[in-house]
Amino acid sequence: MEKNNDLELIKQLLDSAELHDLSDKIAHVEIHGNKVLGLHLVDGLLINSKSLDDGVDINITVEKGVKLENPVRFCFGLIPPDGVQKLKINTILKEDAEATFIAVCTFPNAKNIQHIMDANITLEKNAKLTYFERHIHGPHGGVTIVPKTKVIVKENSSYISEFELIKGDAGSIDLQYNADVYKDGSVYMTARIYGKSYDKIKILESAHLIEENSAGVLISHLAVKDNSNAMVENEIVADAPYCKGHVDCKEIIQGNAKAVAIPKVSVNDPKAQVTHEAAIGSVDSKQLETLMSRGLSEDEAVDLIVSGLLK
Amino acid sequence: MDNPKTLLEVKNLTLKKDGKTLLNSLNLEVWEGYVHAVVGPNGAGKSTFANTIMGLSGYRQIEGDIIFDEVSIKDLSIEKRAKLGITLAFQEPARFEGITVEDFLLASSKYSNSKKEEKRAEIPNASVENFDHIIEKGLLKVGLDPIKYRKRAVDKNLSGGERKRIELASIYVMKPELVIMDEPDSGIDIDSLNYIYEIISDFKKEGSTVILVTHSQQVLRWADHAFLLCGGKLVDKGKMSDMLKYFSNKCKPCDHIGTPDTDIK
Ligand SMILES: Nc1ncnc2c1ncn2[C@@H]1O[C@H](COP(=O)(O)OP(=O)(O)OP(=O)(O)O)[C@@H](O)[C@H]1O
Ligand SMILES: [Mg+2]
Repeated sequence: MEKNNDLELIKQLLDSAELHDLSDKIAHVEIHGNKVLGLHLVDGLLINSKSLDDGVDINITVEKGVKLENPVRFCFGLIPPDGVQKLKINTILKEDAEATFIAVCTFPNAKNIQHIMDANITLEKNAKLTYFERHIHGPHGGVTIVPKTKVIVKENSSYISEFELIKGDAGSIDLQYNADVYKDGSVYMTARIYGKSYDKIKILESAHLIEENSAGVLISHLAVKDNSNAMVENEIVADAPYCKGHVDCKEIIQGNAKAVAIPKVSVNDPKAQVTHEAAIGSVDSKQLETLMSRGLSEDEAVDLIVSGLLK
Repeated sequence: MDNPKTLLEVKNLTLKKDGKTLLNSLNLEVWEGYVHAVVGPNGAGKSTFANTIMGLSGYRQIEGDIIFDEVSIKDLSIEKRAKLGITLAFQEPARFEGITVEDFLLASSKYSNSKKEEKRAEIPNASVENFDHIIEKGLLKVGLDPIKYRKRAVDKNLSGGERKRIELASIYVMKPELVIMDEPDSGIDIDSLNYIYEIISDFKKEGSTVILVTHSQQVLRWADHAFLLCGGKLVDKGKMSDMLKYFSNKCKPCDHIGTPDTDIK
């Protein structure tokens, strides 16, 4: 009986996340609330987990020299309208390992849900991790998500992450990503969020370029409308020669929405270079008028422009 | 030019901004199916004229009237004018972050209904293949390789000339009734000017009416008729062949600035 329930829950999770066809070659993990419902591994990938009262502790290792051919798929979420999901995730990519993780977090019926993610990621020498996190929230806006990630990017390793929350109501987001980058390492973090109704969005990203020739790019592109508000504070600190960094915060605001963007850069070595751009504005009138002069209505034109920013 | 039909009529069109008269009592007629050049020195008001016909913001508080196909359009929004088939290729086209050439051309072709429809409506049941074909045709028309360009963003990574060409491709796929091209040749390399000639002649073949703003004598060869603007006034008009004298005379229309209207015939 229990088993049947689990199968039904997995199905609902995957359906709401629009994930289908799980071939044997693809490693995947499904977690509903505090329960690991599904787990399939491939060679070179170790995952163990422990259920807690209100969440799950997960340890992920990609072994030395292993380059995972297919992305590892994570599906986290809660089907009921309320509840708490706390995930503590420790990830290590050993030397020369390479992997792509795709996480879909889905709360299709959320009315009062807290999703708290505490992740520590360590990339050993020459490792490479690409991490996509996509959120799918229901239309009620009742989700509070607090994703915190601390990444250590060791020598010549690379971390690329993308956080996307475009569908449904964002609810309340308090995102904190922080990376320490060592010699020849690089981070490239992107967040794309569409805030609507009464959503509250807070993004704090930082990259500390500690050793020579490390690089960091922090991109936050947000669109906010209705009564939502967004606050983005992205910071790069460069401490060593030949470090390169770029901070990009762009926000389009409409209606009664409010936005703050604070790009921060500090450079403590004359041979390092960090640039930034920040722009908050309503939809650009030249873009708007160009599309309208092709026959699009104002709403159609705004949708297209916003979709471009969030791409 | 026997019995041309008037498609656009501008009546006593005046536009003032910050106390400055940018367009001064313009009266002119644009004939259906012909290519009309608008010439004149920098600052003459050519782009202002183009923007006013399109109804861009900042160019809507006019005196006089603009009649398109026998209806006044002066109170219509840009969108409504475009749905009647009027469009403008900008002198300095906008850039769009994250929007691909393909998206942009698709959006532009969305209301490219067959001509002479009362109102342009979204093409029903348009298939992906149709759109593929449209995009390819548009890009080839301006000499850009569809394979290389369709997935690129219409953003700052395109060169100025590439962006201009995509602007032209986008009005081409729109199949307009009246197209205003504001310096389509500026920023286009000499070898590629042929693509512009071809677009102009295609528009003509397909029965579109063209208003062509340009400084280039080469491009002007494709016009049938010309309006000479100076200081916001229409100082002369006539067959293109007759108007070329302004170029051979080293173009001194500025003598006319400030002279009363009555001096100008
Ligand atoms: N918003 C504005 N406010 C005040 N003056 C303006 C405004 N826009 C244009 N002008 C002025 O109107 C005049 C006509 O400008 P316009 O751009 O129409 O010239 P143009 O004929 O297109 O010139 P070019 O050949 O350089 O493109 C110029 O003197 C310009 O400075
Ligand atoms: Mg101009």
